[in-house]
Amino acid sequence: MSLPSVLQRRPRARPSGDGLGAWWLLAAVLPLTFLAVFFLWPVGAMFLRGVTADGALDLTAFGEVLGRERTWRILGHTLGMAAAGAALSLAVGLPAAFVLYRRTFPGRDALRAVVTVPFVLPTVVVGVAFRALLAPGGPLGFLGLDQTTTAVVLAMVFFNVSVVVRQVGGLWSVLDPRQAEAAASLGASPWRVFRTVTLPQLGPAIASAGSLVFLFCCSAFGIVQTLGRPGVGTLETEIWVQTSVYLDLRVAAVFSVLQLLVVLAAIGLSSAASARTVRALRIRDAYAVPLGRRDWAPALVTALAATLILLPLGSLLVRSFHSSEGWGLRNYRLLAESSGAGFAGGTTVLQALEHSVKIAGDATVFTLLAGIPLALLLTRPFHSAAARRAQRWLDGAVMLPLGVSAVTVGFGFVVSLQLEFRELAQSGALVPLAQAVVALPLVVRTLVPVLGAVDHRLREAAGTLGAGPWRVLLTVDGPVLLRAVGLAAGFAFAVSLGEFGATSFLASPDYQTLPIVVVKLLGRPGAENYGMALAGAVVLALVTATVMVVCERLRPRGAAGTGGAW
Amino acid sequence: MSHTTARSRTAAFGLSALAVLALSACSVADQTGGGSSEEQGSDAPKKTVTIMTHDSFEPPKELLEKFTEETGYELKTTAPGDAGTVVNQLLLAKDSPTVDGVYGVEDHSTHTLVDGGVLADVTPEGLPESAKDRVVEGKMIPIDQGQVCVNVDHEWFEDKGMDEPQGLDDLTKPEYAELLVVTDPVTSSPGLAFLAATVEAEGEDGWQDWWTKALDGGTKVASSWSDAYYTDFSGGDGEGDFPLVLSYSSSPAYAPTTGNVEGTCTPQTEFAGVVEGAQNPEGAQAFIEFMLSEEFQEAFPESMYMYPIDESVELPEEWAENAQMAEDPITPDPKAVAEHREQWLKDFTALREDR
Repeated sequence: MSLPSVLQRRPRARPSGDGLGAWWLLAAVLPLTFLAVFFLWPVGAMFLRGVTADGALDLTAFGEVLGRERTWRILGHTLGMAAAGAALSLAVGLPAAFVLYRRTFPGRDALRAVVTVPFVLPTVVVGVAFRALLAPGGPLGFLGLDQTTTAVVLAMVFFNVSVVVRQVGGLWSVLDPRQAEAAASLGASPWRVFRTVTLPQLGPAIASAGSLVFLFCCSAFGIVQTLGRPGVGTLETEIWVQTSVYLDLRVAAVFSVLQLLVVLAAIGLSSAASARTVRALRIRDAYAVPLGRRDWAPALVTALAATLILLPLGSLLVRSFHSSEGWGLRNYRLLAESSGAGFAGGTTVLQALEHSVKIAGDATVFTLLAGIPLALLLTRPFHSAAARRAQRWLDGAVMLPLGVSAVTVGFGFVVSLQLEFRELAQSGALVPLAQAVVALPLVVRTLVPVLGAVDHRLREAAGTLGAGPWRVLLTVDGPVLLRAVGLAAGFAFAVSLGEFGATSFLASPDYQTLPIVVVKLLGRPGAENYGMALAGAVVLALVTATVMVVCERLRPRGAAGTGGAW
Repeated sequence: MSHTTARSRTAAFGLSALAVLALSACSVADQTGGGSSEEQGSDAPKKTVTIMTHDSFEPPKELLEKFTEETGYELKTTAPGDAGTVVNQLLLAKDSPTVDGVYGVEDHSTHTLVDGGVLADVTPEGLPESAKDRVVEGKMIPIDQGQVCVNVDHEWFEDKGMDEPQGLDDLTKPEYAELLVVTDPVTSSPGLAFLAATVEAEGEDGWQDWWTKALDGGTKVASSWSDAYYTDFSGGDGEGDFPLVLSYSSSPAYAPTTGNVEGTCTPQTEFAGVVEGAQNPEGAQAFIEFMLSEEFQEAFPESMYMYPIDESVELPEEWAENAQMAEDPITPDPKAVAEHREQWLKDFTALREDR
């Protein structure tokens, strides 16, 4: 680590004002290289095949597809469901963020962990758990929601509410309450305080979380597919069908362009919204008071959210204890011994868990190596307009992988990476890198709102007092970064643990991950396969929840007293 | 607390966190260094043969070791996804193939691969009698088989005192249509096999009527086999409301209170082939021959959940008792299926969406 020698280097004056120009360039180059190799190249290669025929440009498919009424129904359905999913996730997630991050009560930490679990469960498993509840014979069958759009939207909320809770909660917990208290003491009602003081402060985090969730909902595949693909399906399912079933790359390319436009619009809107609302905040040590009677409204919403999450998880848990021998731990014992009926030589669930954890560890390192410099770069208050524009482009570019179909990326690997680097691509060594691309947007979006809240005057003051650029970074941004980096690492780890799309294309059959094994077990008849799949999913959920809890606690207490020091 | 200690603690925290992460960073080492060092322990130059398979091909390890012993080839498999994904990958990479052979292609895709120019001619030795007339165009060799059948929950029908349905025509009757759950032919391979069977049985002009009647009568379309079998089906591990489910002829082997509806079965065979332009076509052929050997064929039911293509090989007891394949299944012409598949699926989707 060459940090000390770097520290001694004398800063040169730069227009950007912090003397680290070349380093910022490096911070941008690393993640961009990542994206270029694991995203742009594969996707570009697929797209090229879709818009060329015999070496010449052929755009006739665009006219055909865009002329169909069904295309527009699909687009409408996609946007409608994603908007509903995002809005509902925010509506449920904001009160829950308040209760889980601004209030204390017994069981709060456990509840925080539970909220995150859905995010990493393989969607096929969630589909089974959800349908077990909603199917006509299930406990909630009377609602008549099975295979409806409402069920899909509920599942989207189930998955994504944690993004809102964590991202907004992360910022909320460290907001200095004094401004709000001042407003309250001047006679403002709690609702008015929230609307006029707190909400604007949370703006960037809300915009960031909302747009992320919208993108996740737009490109949701597994749950839309498993819960019955109501109506005409979505852009994502249509791309999957066109690519995977018909191998019609021409038509798939048209739908991919439509999806890309939707994604770009969402990114544009969210960055406009954050730009308007981002502001310097006073950040202090996490601050929470006991849950009281006046918090009944948000507490009620949180209870609802917890029910929505716990019901399917509970049904999953209960069913995982049922095997051919009745109730008991048999399914769990089998995880270590058997690789399931029909997979004689395969990986056991326990081995797969080990692979998953190791791969996720790698992916987390890669994601943080790329994500931390990137988040710092994105929150630099550059003076030059060109630099600020570059920042916005970079911010958008990092988000792009969220909006492109996994099947496009997956088959893209075949016509790009695998053609050029056959051995490497088949070895499975690329899995953590590909997962890092998937986790990067979430990590960046977790770090940016917190770092963006640092008052730039602190840096200027430190500079005026003679601190070099690295020292400013370490002493002003460093402590704030440390607050968020645990959460970011947890997200990276969790995303990697649960990643299915890219992993299924790249993983070596000898080194399979837990979600892949669970899905395989579910897909083949045989004694115990079902029970083992459910038990495996429960283990995956437990590991994830534990990691999230630990990561959140990996926060050096008292090491970061910016609020107090200034 | 002084600033120095606060900072050094922060630094210490950062460093230790990095160290923990770095220690965990070993999947890459496992897969490149660690894994291969043990395989390459004996440094005799073995020739590798790479076979692309679907993601549920997990034969017993001892068998694969035996293959290397007998032939001297080191076997490497890649499994990019389900059978459909395998076919697409081969078509996409046909100008510069990345594998020597392929295993796990289903009946309805064999012609797609052959016509796509992906495969080389192959004449394996020791082709079992029962496999001979099922070779496709001298390029795709049948390895193992199964059937897609409607499974019935015997207990349910006994409790209700109702007769079980006997064939496709029964299933569209109002009393049975509402008891049946099938899988979406667009997203699931048993679903596609069953759709092809209805086209074969009801004819090009009649199959849409069959489906309209079934769907109007309350037949449910689940998106995947696991969804239909575990959530909607009342037998087996399922707790659902539907006593009739589209599944496999082998499923009742492990769900003794269920059985197959004879007249609904349709074959699903898995094929292997040698890839055109492969680096090691001899190795791929050797592996195909090895899979056709008696020992490997015997392993299919219990360790890979399929029936051997060599029908002279005996089935395990549970299979022989409860999970026999139908003797006279509905057998569509795979060439016709390959040709019309896309149109049928689009017609089916339209039929479903417009309801």
